Amino acid sequence: MRADLLVETVAGLDEALGVVDAFDRALVAGLLRPQADGLFELADAVAGTPLAARVAEAAEKAAAGAAGEEHFVALAAARTALLGSVHDALVLRVEEATGRARGEEPPQVVGDRSAVNLLAAARSWLADLARSGWRGIDHDVVSGADQVISAMLKEPGLRRLATLLDGFVAELAASCPGASLDRVPERRWADLWSRAMLLTQPGAADVSPTATATGRLLPLGVDVHEHPTAAQAQVHAVFEPEDGSTPRLVRASVSVPKPDTILGAGIWQLLRPHMSLLAAISEGRSMTLTQMPITAEGDLIWNDEQARQGEPADAFTTARVALPTATTPVTAALDRHPARIAVPVFLEGYSSTKDTFTLAGQNLAVDTDRVPVAGPLTPEAVAASSACIGLLRWDAGVFSVQPLAVETTVRKKAVAVHAGAWAGGTTDKAGAKAEKAATDAAALLRERAGRLLRR
Amino acid sequence: MLSEHRERSSTARVIPPARPRKLAKVPFVELADGRLQGVVSSGSDVERVYVSSVAAGNYEFACSTNNNRPCGGAYGAFCKHIRSLISEAVVQYGAERVGRYLKVDGEDAQSITAAMDLTSPAQGGNTAAAPVFSRFLHHLAYLELAPTTAPLPEMQWFPPTRAVV
Repeated sequence: MRADLLVETVAGLDEALGVVDAFDRALVAGLLRPQADGLFELADAVAGTPLAARVAEAAEKAAAGAAGEEHFVALAAARTALLGSVHDALVLRVEEATGRARGEEPPQVVGDRSAVNLLAAARSWLADLARSGWRGIDHDVVSGADQVISAMLKEPGLRRLATLLDGFVAELAASCPGASLDRVPERRWADLWSRAMLLTQPGAADVSPTATATGRLLPLGVDVHEHPTAAQAQVHAVFEPEDGSTPRLVRASVSVPKPDTILGAGIWQLLRPHMSLLAAISEGRSMTLTQMPITAEGDLIWNDEQARQGEPADAFTTARVALPTATTPVTAALDRHPARIAVPVFLEGYSSTKDTFTLAGQNLAVDTDRVPVAGPLTPEAVAASSACIGLLRWDAGVFSVQPLAVETTVRKKAVAVHAGAWAGGTTDKAGAKAEKAATDAAALLRERAGRLLRR
Repeated sequence: MLSEHRERSSTARVIPPARPRKLAKVPFVELADGRLQGVVSSGSDVERVYVSSVAAGNYEFACSTNNNRPCGGAYGAFCKHIRSLISEAVVQYGAERVGRYLKVDGEDAQSITAAMDLTSPAQGGNTAAAPVFSRFLHHLAYLELAPTTAPLPEMQWFPPTRAVV
């Protein structure tokens, strides 16, 4: 990989992010009595696009403190478009650095337009939130979302928005009152707000499969995401179609809402029964897929009935041999954002510390903080590693690599250590202990739920 | 530099991760609504739970069963349920976060409890018991929500962290 390309300046990036930052500052004070500059900068930035007229109108209204919901949606769309362009520029750079080809452009999908009442309720709350601003949040404003989130969580079709809002509201609640906050995570909260706003548009969150996948799935590693009341495991893998067509990078995900006291190994326990791929990961095996639904973005919609256990497959062999030939899927327009960039890469021949790999004289930041605690991979193992499978990411102005697995030396023997090794279960001593504690916690909660919930 | 990073980061961690703990004695604890509040199992009756709370700032406390019977131990001073609640909150959130929320200094559960004890806090009414119990039920209801294998791209904004609180 050409790490030198990852540290070079990307033309136009600072200007685009400058506009984003100006808009984000307006959300800090709130849009009831806004700092109008950031709004007009945003409108100017999209003046040459199909959004121009609507965003210009929205900026006018918002600057006058008279914005309605449709105006907030237009502003969120403009901010999303701008970050979409940042995403595209960064992805182009990643493609140059990895030398891998991109897959086909996904088609525009018109989604399911159901549950509009709940979406409207969420939109109305998000509008109130924007008017308050981050400095104006209090428990009354924040708890206004509770009922709609509870109702949405029960609707599988609304899971994306429900899970996003649930995590967002937990952060806002923990940060009340906004007036006494030391520092505001401006970009983050503006990201979450705009994403949620767009997802309140009926059909926006729809991810329908557009094809099926039949062939061999070679896992590279597992990425974990979690907030207090949700968790997702996302497997990155190379898919080799049975018909001999070009291999491609795909993802398989499983997620679940959870009580905040189920953590670490407990998350694997919740997810494990719903995706046999997690067991295959722990066993170091490939899987054979038959007619598994897949989206144009390369997301398999996993169903255990369409997968069976395959031959042993070493992730590092996959990374050395199959990964360079695989195409990278293209992200759908609405989902393009720098935070979405998670591109599998294979690195070797570097010198390392806990937070940096030095490749051909270039430093690449290593983000070991994203490595889940319920697994054997540690920052120490990463620092002592000689080869690494990771996800290339970008945040706060820099690229970094999140390790999914490393090759390292333990007691003079070369071993591979995988972040997701415990996904399917473990016989590791520390792992087994964590599993036992998690089993007890879950059993206790289920017992309490059994006694108290259905009275 | 650090503050710049936090403000310009899409994945800045806002809530420190909770730490795993045994749930048998105190199945539910939270820092919410200006209180440390939660649900404590009865030592003698599996059907009974206590809803206990301590307010931030003045440490006003309350303890009653979920059927709104007052706790016999909570007269004039913290009962054993409230003491358990505080210790488990410290396990889950760390002493620093619990102390900051309650506005009390202390490096562990014992010193936090002792510091609040010293002020002879008032005993409050049980008006919060019903909402706290209902939040516990809401918390348990998460166990009944179905998993999905459709991707949740928004979870990219919620990475785990190894940071210890």
